[in-house]
Amino acid sequence: MDYQIHTTDPFTVIALSGEVDLKFSPKAREQILKYLGKNSHVLVDLSGVSYIDSSGVASLVEGLQYAKNKTLKFALVGVSRAAMQVLQIAKLDQVFTIYDTIGDAQAD
Amino acid sequence: MYTEPIIEVDKLVVQYGDRIILKGIDLTVQQGEIMVIMGASGSGKSTLLRSLLGLNRPASGRVRLLGKDIYTISLQKLYELRRQIGVAFQNGALLGSLSVGDNVQLPLQEHTELDKKTMAIMTRMKLEVVNLSGFEHLMPSELSGGMVKRTALARAVIMDPKMLFFDEPSAGLDPIVAAEIDELILLLRQAMNITVVVVTHELHSAFKIADRITVLDQGEILMTGTVEEIRNSDNERIQNLLHRRPRREVIDADKYLRQLTGEV
Repeated sequence: MDYQIHTTDPFTVIALSGEVDLKFSPKAREQILKYLGKNSHVLVDLSGVSYIDSSGVASLVEGLQYAKNKTLKFALVGVSRAAMQVLQIAKLDQVFTIYDTIGDAQAD
Repeated sequence: MYTEPIIEVDKLVVQYGDRIILKGIDLTVQQGEIMVIMGASGSGKSTLLRSLLGLNRPASGRVRLLGKDIYTISLQKLYELRRQIGVAFQNGALLGSLSVGDNVQLPLQEHTELDKKTMAIMTRMKLEVVNLSGFEHLMPSELSGGMVKRTALARAVIMDPKMLFFDEPSAGLDPIVAAEIDELILLLRQAMNITVVVVTHELHSAFKIADRITVLDQGEILMTGTVEEIRNSDNERIQNLLHRRPRREVIDADKYLRQLTGEV
């Protein structure tokens, strides 16, 4: 897994790429909590993610709850069909705010 | 995506002492496939399942999972391979001293270094999938048979394995709960592209979930085929199994007499 961070007002965008699995999900979790801890609204861009497992999704869940507790925005963008299936089986497609593009998130 | 068969069994022979239980089994299972292994009691299906899990060293032949011969690879590699396998045993095999949540979470605690919060969220996610949300604090002794099976299933998939093995998932369950377990197996395969091997003698479940069925009888494969091919087989032993016809045992009269009188 790799990640890139950039700012697109009002969000810090954490763009993940590769496989977010048992080995690499702790890194994704670390970055998500880091920027939420700085009181940033966070968008997690999953468009470059080829595979995400339950540990990766759990990191997103933890980020969402953290953001809610701090009244920060937290959303997903660029969720592939495979990643969406992982979210759907855990009924999390009904929990996360999901955008097709960063522009959609900014416009909301 | 893995293009080779996920599971390959090549001329597998398994013996217990002098008794040959599996007499040269050839079998392949493709990625994302649900393979049901069926047969009457004593056909060797549970032995075959244990062999696939590396629990029965064969007298001859090979078992390959993800391209690796599980009886010749190093212990370290076998350990890594087993992390990609989930098993749901017939009776659940839950640890009685641990709660539902702790049972489900156990593989994560043993095999990963994930944060406690991450493990807890993953556990609750999997309990939601098997419709046991909110039951994580119950103990195994407080569960119904169906709940035990669902907890075992949640534990089997907690690490998102590539392969899932079930030993009689519907045994002892009423038809409604058995149907729920069948649906869960189909859902997991669809959502996670898991390869699934199910050992069962429940015909209804087998026909519902199988992509292909392998029928065992007396340690041999009678046939491997689709549900349709199995149903339409003209093999008498397969038809006896499908129509629940008892076997007619042919007695060797002299041998039987000696057996009864202890002169064997």
